[in-house]
Amino acid sequence: MLAALPSLRAFAMSLVRNSHNADDLVQDTILKAWGKQDSFEVGTNIKAWLFTILRNDFYSKMRKNGREVEDKDGAMTASLSVHPEQYGAMDLLDFRKALDGLPEDQREAIILVGASGFSYEEAAEICSCAIGTIKSRVSRARNNLHETLKIEGEGEFGPDKNSIATTSRAFMH
Amino acid sequence: MNSKKPAGGSNIPYSDDMDPNNAISQQLRAIYQEIESEAIPDRFLDLLEKLDAAEASQKRGADK
Repeated sequence: MLAALPSLRAFAMSLVRNSHNADDLVQDTILKAWGKQDSFEVGTNIKAWLFTILRNDFYSKMRKNGREVEDKDGAMTASLSVHPEQYGAMDLLDFRKALDGLPEDQREAIILVGASGFSYEEAAEICSCAIGTIKSRVSRARNNLHETLKIEGEGEFGPDKNSIATTSRAFMH
Repeated sequence: MNSKKPAGGSNIPYSDDMDPNNAISQQLRAIYQEIESEAIPDRFLDLLEKLDAAEASQKRGADK
């Protein structure tokens, strides 16, 4: 379980818009997982099992409490430090904002497949939906990110010329 | 530039959603890995330790 924690935390941060709440969610997940460890099938993917518990817990809390407790910016944007000297730091920040702006189902899908390292099949299982649904969410998420980042990169209201150049460069590879 | 195609004459096929080399995939992983690389907060280490201890004492109880 310890080995899966860093990735589980990162996933929680992508769901919850406040890093403290994200860690609360992780803590509840650990306790829930412990309580029902008998239902875990040895030899199956413990990481996917934990992600499923965390996700279900998150959505049941959301149904109970609504969304008003959330911060405006996602935890990913708020909790991360920016290192200006780091190459591409500005476009990473833009990227985080674009990611936070995605509809929830799309953000979740692109993170599970693109960052958490799950296959489409595993992601579909975690979200209890069809593989085709996950594929289409990932694809729409990517289209949206492309669109948002392109607009930000080419618009007049970008933070400064350097970041515009950086954003454009990121798409030239 | 057209949003349906990768900008800058890239030859990455757009239909390949998770091509590891494209900018979106790289940035997504960079953000995620930054969080993953943070130290695990003590509250979780303490919690896991307590749970381990609880399980161990349960087992001892069961063996008697």
